[in-house]
Amino acid sequence: MIKAIANLYEVARDRFWTPLPDSLAIPEKMQRLPWPVIGIITLLALIGVMALFSAGGGSFQPWAGAHLLRFCVFFGLMLFLALVDIRRWLHMAPLLYGGCLVLLVAVEIVGSIGMGAQRWLDLGFIQLQPSELMKICLLLILARYYHGVDAESIRGWRSLVVPVLLTVIPVALILRQPNLGTASILLFLAGTLTVLAGLRLSVIIAGISALLAAIPVLWHFMHDYQKQRVLTFLEPETDPLGSGYHIIQSKIALGSGGVFGKGYLDGTQSHLNFLPEMQTDFIFTVFGEEFGMFGAALVLILYALLIAYGYLVAFNAQSQYSRLLAVGLSTNLFLYLFINVGMVMGLLPVVGVPLPLLSYGGTSLLAVMIGFGLLLNLDIHREIRLPLRGTG
Amino acid sequence: MSRDYERQRQFTRRAMVFGAGKAALVLTLLGRLHYLQIIEGDKYKLLSEENRINLRLLIPPRGLIKDRRGVVMAENAQNFRLLLIPEKSGNLGLTLTKLIRILNLSEHDIGRIQAELVKRPKFQPIVVNDALEWEQMAALELHNLDLPGASIEVGQSRYYPFAEITSHALGYVAPVSEKELDSNVFGDDPLLKAPELRVGKKGVEKKYEQELRGLAGSSQLEVNAYGRVIRELATDEGKPGQDITTTLDIEIQAKAMALLEGQSGSAVVMNAHNGEVLTLASAPGFNSNLFNNGISVKAWEELLNNPRVPLTNKALAGLYSPGSTYKIVTALSALEYGLVSPRERIYCDGHTELGSAIFHCWKKGGHGYLDLVGALRESCDVYFYEIASRLGIDRLAETSRKLGLSAPTGIDVPGEKSGLVPDRRWKQQRFKKPWHLGETLIAGIGQGYVLTTPIQLARMTAQVINGNRQVAPFIVRGQQQAAAGAAPDLLAPKFKQEHLDLVIEGMRQVTMEPNGTAYAARIRKPGFDMAGKTGTSQVKRISLAERARGITKNENRPWRDRDHALFVGFAPIAQPKYVAAVVVEHGGGGSAVAAPIARDLLLMAQLRDPELANRSAAETEVAPLPADQQPSGDEHD
Repeated sequence: MIKAIANLYEVARDRFWTPLPDSLAIPEKMQRLPWPVIGIITLLALIGVMALFSAGGGSFQPWAGAHLLRFCVFFGLMLFLALVDIRRWLHMAPLLYGGCLVLLVAVEIVGSIGMGAQRWLDLGFIQLQPSELMKICLLLILARYYHGVDAESIRGWRSLVVPVLLTVIPVALILRQPNLGTASILLFLAGTLTVLAGLRLSVIIAGISALLAAIPVLWHFMHDYQKQRVLTFLEPETDPLGSGYHIIQSKIALGSGGVFGKGYLDGTQSHLNFLPEMQTDFIFTVFGEEFGMFGAALVLILYALLIAYGYLVAFNAQSQYSRLLAVGLSTNLFLYLFINVGMVMGLLPVVGVPLPLLSYGGTSLLAVMIGFGLLLNLDIHREIRLPLRGTG
Repeated sequence: MSRDYERQRQFTRRAMVFGAGKAALVLTLLGRLHYLQIIEGDKYKLLSEENRINLRLLIPPRGLIKDRRGVVMAENAQNFRLLLIPEKSGNLGLTLTKLIRILNLSEHDIGRIQAELVKRPKFQPIVVNDALEWEQMAALELHNLDLPGASIEVGQSRYYPFAEITSHALGYVAPVSEKELDSNVFGDDPLLKAPELRVGKKGVEKKYEQELRGLAGSSQLEVNAYGRVIRELATDEGKPGQDITTTLDIEIQAKAMALLEGQSGSAVVMNAHNGEVLTLASAPGFNSNLFNNGISVKAWEELLNNPRVPLTNKALAGLYSPGSTYKIVTALSALEYGLVSPRERIYCDGHTELGSAIFHCWKKGGHGYLDLVGALRESCDVYFYEIASRLGIDRLAETSRKLGLSAPTGIDVPGEKSGLVPDRRWKQQRFKKPWHLGETLIAGIGQGYVLTTPIQLARMTAQVINGNRQVAPFIVRGQQQAAAGAAPDLLAPKFKQEHLDLVIEGMRQVTMEPNGTAYAARIRKPGFDMAGKTGTSQVKRISLAERARGITKNENRPWRDRDHALFVGFAPIAQPKYVAAVVVEHGGGGSAVAAPIARDLLLMAQLRDPELANRSAAETEVAPLPADQQPSGDEHD
């Protein structure tokens, strides 16, 4: 038994820790870590703890404490991901993608019913949403694929067959759950990477036109609750006690915060249950009500800095894989932010997208922390040149 | 390498576009934040407060109503209500079943409770019964443990300790009706919408509703999204209603009601100097406590169908032919117009003939020769037929109006009727027929069309003894100036004092001379003696109002066929201060039935008046009249 564990440890060490050629030593990598960025991440997570403490009625139960604990665990994971040699991740991308697909299928089979859609795998300590992890895995596999395709061949349609398949399979599985939001995000991420990888401009234009044409068709296939969400988004006041209620109450909460907010733990809208799901999708509102424009803008700016950091990593990177993955991860973070904050402010329809770091919820936190880990990984390994071929 | 460089350049270009797009969208979010929190911030702050704060009105305690000595006649008693909070009751069905058994709830109540259970949130209390009786309370206490969610709450309800005695003067309170809300009679006080509020429906309660009600307090409650109360933020106690002191003397009022016991009628006692009304009795009374929590249909119908119309305040709204009490008016009118001299004697042989019609005197054999004072004393009809025919109806009507008949007295109790003084024009307009002399004759003895209310008769008497000063009756102190100011022309002198003195002497002889019609009902206590005028009117119906409502059936009842008994009087004769007007419907003769009531009330009013009761013996001596005014007053001719 002990031997088996020791064996496993050795395999793991060989896989992750035994230095590859021209790799940096661990202390050196530690020095290269961008600590201000890590500071911003931590700050946002602590803001999340504060907001959840307030949402819990001034208590660490039931959300703030668990959120803090999860963040600490995932913080360790993030550092681990950052320090492992970048080539190992490149190497393992197909494995991770494949594993994630298996999880998606597993959701399909044993997924528990939650919020009208099968999305979770109950692992006991966490209700895992594989669709969240799939965002990262898809970015990894696509970045790796486009890394190996030269600028010339990407202009031909043949080279697009593989990425289209890689994208369509998980998207189809997620649509079956059904989870239109995450599926759209996956499509958007894949599209972003493909465009950045050098897709022809004419194809891009054709693609966008086709997408616009597809909207009516898409509408036809949407579930009633999805249609309802879009409709109430367009006209929330028509149905103040029905679906529009969430948006109206959220706007009231944010708006009534004013410049400096109602004061910590004094948010009336959140404490008196006018906000639905305040610990997950509406956590930004809880914070914005109590800290006003001052606090809400701070959160937005901190997120914007992290998104910008992704671009910085991309522009500094020496390989296509790093560039694509960095912008992809940055885009993923941006989509979380824009969709969630846009929704709570009444700019977008109500879709179940959390605000990672602030929202209570294991998988989204796990997904963004993995994303930050990979981003840091790209940053500290920026000089390392990755082979174009033979990576798989 | 160059290929990768090419790729990098293209990547950088496109990534810049993406980055710029993201920056623009983040700025959009910031702009939206600015719009919501800064530009629209105030609007949303208001909405958030509205969301959060629920204003609950606190009903101020209603002002008390007291009599002139401070005896409380309307107060706020505690009542006990049974509330049921559905979510705390566990097994709701079982609790309800037990409550239905213990309280013996009616089908109607059960239906109402079940409707509320469906409609209201589970945490809001439902009123199961709002007037628990002691036995019910005891039963509930006993089963306390079996009735989770049920609780007894103390509320306030109006209580009238004297109930029937004060019912007409004070009126009663009841919940606000839809009609009252719509017509805005009570203003737009938000309190009016509170289901527990009671407003005055009659009498002083209605007239002084604003003062008695007070100002609503409020309790600001913080509620959550489901309406559950989280805490109380602020309380404004409001302002309790003002207490009102009336001029009524509850002892005399009670005495009047006792004297009218079993009768249908009215008695008014008033201070002739200032218009203070000490007694405003209307019999039968009703139990004003019945209305507080909604009167039962059965009790209401009993009140409506009672032939003695307990719901009508007969002192103000009972319209009666004044009968012989009106002879005061006829006499004064003839003197004023110079159509009769005080010394002129007119012969009464028991009737007057007018064409083919014969008008009888009440005394079969006739009175013989009588002068004005004697005619008043003995209430000779033939004498007044004669002077009425000299006057004509229009002059008689003119004098009547100067004495305040046919106009409301303006007493501060709602529901007063105007009465009626007929003249030629009125008859032409009303019936399109000319006036007949015969109608003038019966008008001269207060019969026919003329209708008065007891309060008008009381005020008329006050004007006679006041030497022209017409007072405005009132029931609440502090109102007389306002009332006087409203009718300043009433203060102008209208009659010669010597003429008034003649009428007063006639009234004195009614009670103080052995052949006066009310000699038997005189006050024997020296210095407290009463003067007055009896009346017996032949109207079989009670008032125009009842006639309109069609309560004219059962005319075969014996008491319905009897005459109304009337009496107006004042006391003491030497220094007149109090006036009384008494009407007993179908009571028979004024001298036998109405005068004794007036006597008891006037004596009581004087004895309870320290100014009169404490006079020395010398002051109570009756001053002899001057020789030239000594009545010849014999009936023997």
